Amino acid sequence: MNLSNLTIKEATLGLKKKKFSSNQLVKACLDKIKKVEKKLNAFITINENGAIDQANNCDLYFKKFGEGIFEKKPLLGIPIAIKDLFSTKDLKTTAGSIIINKYIPPFDATVVKKLKNAGAIIVGKTNEDAWGHGSSGENSDHGPTRNPYNLERVPGGSSSGSGAAVASGECFMATGTDTGSSVRLPAAYCNLVGIKPTYGRVSRYGIIAMASSFDTVGHLTKTVYDNALTLEITAGKDSYDATTVPKDVPKYTHYLEKSIEGLKIGIPEEYFISGIDEKVENKILSAIKQLQKLGGKVNKISLPHTEYAMATYYILVPSEISSNLSKFDGIRYGDERELFGDEAKRRIMLGTYTLSSGYYDAYYLKAAKVRTLVKRDFEEAFKKVDVLIAPSSPTLPFKIGEKAADPLQMYLSDIFLCPVNLAGMPSLNVPMGFIDGLPVGMQIIGQQFSEKLLYQVAYKYEEATQYYKISPKI
Amino acid sequence: MKKKSKKIILSRQEILHLAKLAKLRLTENEVQKFQKQLSAIVDYFSKLNEVNTDNVEPVSQITELVNENVDDEINSIRILSLEETLKNSKSKNNDFFKVKSIF
Repeated sequence: MNLSNLTIKEATLGLKKKKFSSNQLVKACLDKIKKVEKKLNAFITINENGAIDQANNCDLYFKKFGEGIFEKKPLLGIPIAIKDLFSTKDLKTTAGSIIINKYIPPFDATVVKKLKNAGAIIVGKTNEDAWGHGSSGENSDHGPTRNPYNLERVPGGSSSGSGAAVASGECFMATGTDTGSSVRLPAAYCNLVGIKPTYGRVSRYGIIAMASSFDTVGHLTKTVYDNALTLEITAGKDSYDATTVPKDVPKYTHYLEKSIEGLKIGIPEEYFISGIDEKVENKILSAIKQLQKLGGKVNKISLPHTEYAMATYYILVPSEISSNLSKFDGIRYGDERELFGDEAKRRIMLGTYTLSSGYYDAYYLKAAKVRTLVKRDFEEAFKKVDVLIAPSSPTLPFKIGEKAADPLQMYLSDIFLCPVNLAGMPSLNVPMGFIDGLPVGMQIIGQQFSEKLLYQVAYKYEEATQYYKISPKI
Repeated sequence: MKKKSKKIILSRQEILHLAKLAKLRLTENEVQKFQKQLSAIVDYFSKLNEVNTDNVEPVSQITELVNENVDDEINSIRILSLEETLKNSKSKNNDFFKVKSIF
């Protein structure tokens, strides 16, 4: 049995039945890492000794307390990876940048703490576009990550290493952040389930900030069940992050089997006009037919401000970035600002420009108002339908280097993803098959705090399609 | 709908000024590259001039939380020790961070 290709659900069942130990699970992942890392470059730091020690502890725990321990620690003994933007106590955290190449955080991010308390084992820290700035992984100061389904192609970014690591079986789940696309795009390009939760659903405490009015914390898994299970652990109010919302966290896994008969599905017509690859369009149309077979009722919906979303996003986000990255001054940690890569420099300067006196009203304030209109579009849509369905990307995973010289073209690869972040809504990427051997993803978008419904829809679709069973040949 | 005005080009001086404000030192190659790239991006922003935003409030908090306050108390769990605070710094002197003189 190839242990590293199991889902979390299967691995937990195997641990409970004593078919294998956590030590064996961790070693299977570490073996996989040794085998494929030279090709993929999915990790910045590998926590080999720490992970094996933790696995042995988990095995002892299970021996001592028996199966009941999984109630309290639902991820007991499961190897996971953490995006290098998350602070991990005593484990190097670089944000994908050489500026803080030697930074050892003295504390854990809230999400890291919660995952550790749930029994998960951190096998390493994953590669990413530096500071989360990018859609391909190519902006990492540690070199690009490659797509495990095709090594010439990007895995999607910015959580590029997290996507490649889960898809190739280097770990069972990996965390990511989604400010504009950064969980959903790598999930779409790597045949994975990736959640961008509602803004404020998951604490950002201890995660190096990109754009604070947008940043959300998600994760990538092989299946919908694994994804729902992880969100049950990470979501909730945190007194260390004032933007977290005091709403109860449902047991998402308990509702997955529910029928979606009568579900009202909206198809945003603005997402089907310019620039979409014909093959991707055909794929999403057949996915919609599949959802109709499962009981969904389809309606066309208009999100009229869609064409302004990217300009709005690229004014507001760099503005917040220029402020958040001003703290990197080489005094308390890290090196000098000269070491920022091109993309960070571009965004810092853009943000400095749009916030400058004389330009603030024309750019920042104007964009903050258009953001209200984009949000209203979604609110109007959700008066008529339960979920919106759209492709996650207008194109297939592109070639490494293809868009590197033209930042504006790179920005436009997120055209179906960024509007959701402007509106603070949750969105889930689910695999919808392959074109020429390359994975394609579908987005299920819902109103704020509707993650439970998104998982139900995704679960039914996954049950009918089972694309997660197609692993990369690496 | 307003007609699109002429193409926006950031001047070399503007690029240098932005770099200075953001405390970034740029090479000559970077100045030229960023002048071209940032001009194209800022020009793309003028698309928003087409949108009527009269009487529209800007977004300040997307889930509409209001006045989330924290009690003004010391939380001993969150306090870092002096050693933890200083351990990542290359620029320190005894128990202090060392900075260049500002005056």
